[in-house]
Amino acid sequence: MALDKPYKDIPGTTIFDADQSRKGYHLNQFCMSLMKAENRVRFKADERAYLDEWPMTEEQKQAVLSRDLNRCIAAGGNIYFLAKIGATDGKSFQQMAGSMTGMSEEEYRDMMIAGGRSIEGNRFIGEKK
Amino acid sequence: MARITASVYTSHVPAIGAALDLGKTGEPYWQKVFAGYEFSKAWMRDNTPDVIFLVFNDHATAFSLEMIPTFAIGCAAEFPPADEGWGPRPVPVVQGHPELAAHIAQSVIQDDFDLTIVNKMNVDHGLTVPMSLMFGQPASWPCPVIPFAVNVVQYPVPSGRRCFNLGRAIRKAVESFDAPLKVQIWGTGGMSHQLQGPRAGLINRAFDSAFLDRLIADPEGLSKMPHIDYVREAGSEGIELVMWLIARGAMSDAQPKLAHRFYHVPASNTAVGHLILENA
Repeated sequence: MALDKPYKDIPGTTIFDADQSRKGYHLNQFCMSLMKAENRVRFKADERAYLDEWPMTEEQKQAVLSRDLNRCIAAGGNIYFLAKIGATDGKSFQQMAGSMTGMSEEEYRDMMIAGGRSIEGNRFIGEKK
Repeated sequence: MARITASVYTSHVPAIGAALDLGKTGEPYWQKVFAGYEFSKAWMRDNTPDVIFLVFNDHATAFSLEMIPTFAIGCAAEFPPADEGWGPRPVPVVQGHPELAAHIAQSVIQDDFDLTIVNKMNVDHGLTVPMSLMFGQPASWPCPVIPFAVNVVQYPVPSGRRCFNLGRAIRKAVESFDAPLKVQIWGTGGMSHQLQGPRAGLINRAFDSAFLDRLIADPEGLSKMPHIDYVREAGSEGIELVMWLIARGAMSDAQPKLAHRFYHVPASNTAVGHLILENA
């Protein structure tokens, strides 16, 4: 019997539940490995070779190589794990979060200073803004 | 007997730690955040407890996906600051309180909350940023801390109701410890924020304000709020707020005194909320 997942109708949001976690296990554990300085050096020297040491899907590897965090999340990644890739690249959390919104870094920062993204129109998929 | 004297609630945004560590506290952007904690630092000097029971969440630092404990109590003698990928924060090592931690674990597990006991753990910004906000930048932290990590990363996280009841069990455990310790309990994380997907940057000031009101005046009613309301209204990471209910549940049933309340948007991607409640 399918479990109730009432959070599926929230726009622009992927909840990292047990199914996503199962899908993303190796992707997220690869990210964890970047907490060690020597692994960051090896990853940066040859990203593809480093990724090939992990039993990740090709889709997960391509998502990492292209630094497409939305694609990483769709493939089971969780933002706190994916943040290790951003740290390796020298990115702030705001740069990482903003990169998923289709906004420029400046637009995103200005939106936050102006009070953030409004909840109005952002509760349900298909809701009128 | 030990007793809980007060509870502190605060967001634990990592960028706040970075701003402190990199000497950016004077910048206008950060001044607006730190101004809300000036009262708190003075209050802490006047009300330094013997122990802090600090409820926080680990952010893929001490716990990877190898093991995901829902509730984990730190029973070690000390907890070093973690390297989260940018190098460890230049803050003091956190001293634990193994005797009280072991006592609480024994009592709370017998009350049907299945805690995971952790005897070795590095602590990330979830714990160290609140310490910095409340104590500033001392050479050593002025009192021991029992870290209490809650899983709010992999869904489903514990319900608000369970967190509130756990707080009550922690209160009972503290009150049965045979030493005259003054204990504070801190709940950290939140407020509204979403760090992922096209909806990243979500802030819901009305939700946050109502959450603060209800946490003060009607915590039991608030504890019945379902997960979906946190996620939909306060963002996927806003669900960290369930941790505040653990601290609130540990307070006396009598209405506490509101010593301080602060709210500001933004710190990086996040709404900053902060309360200090004193037991009567």
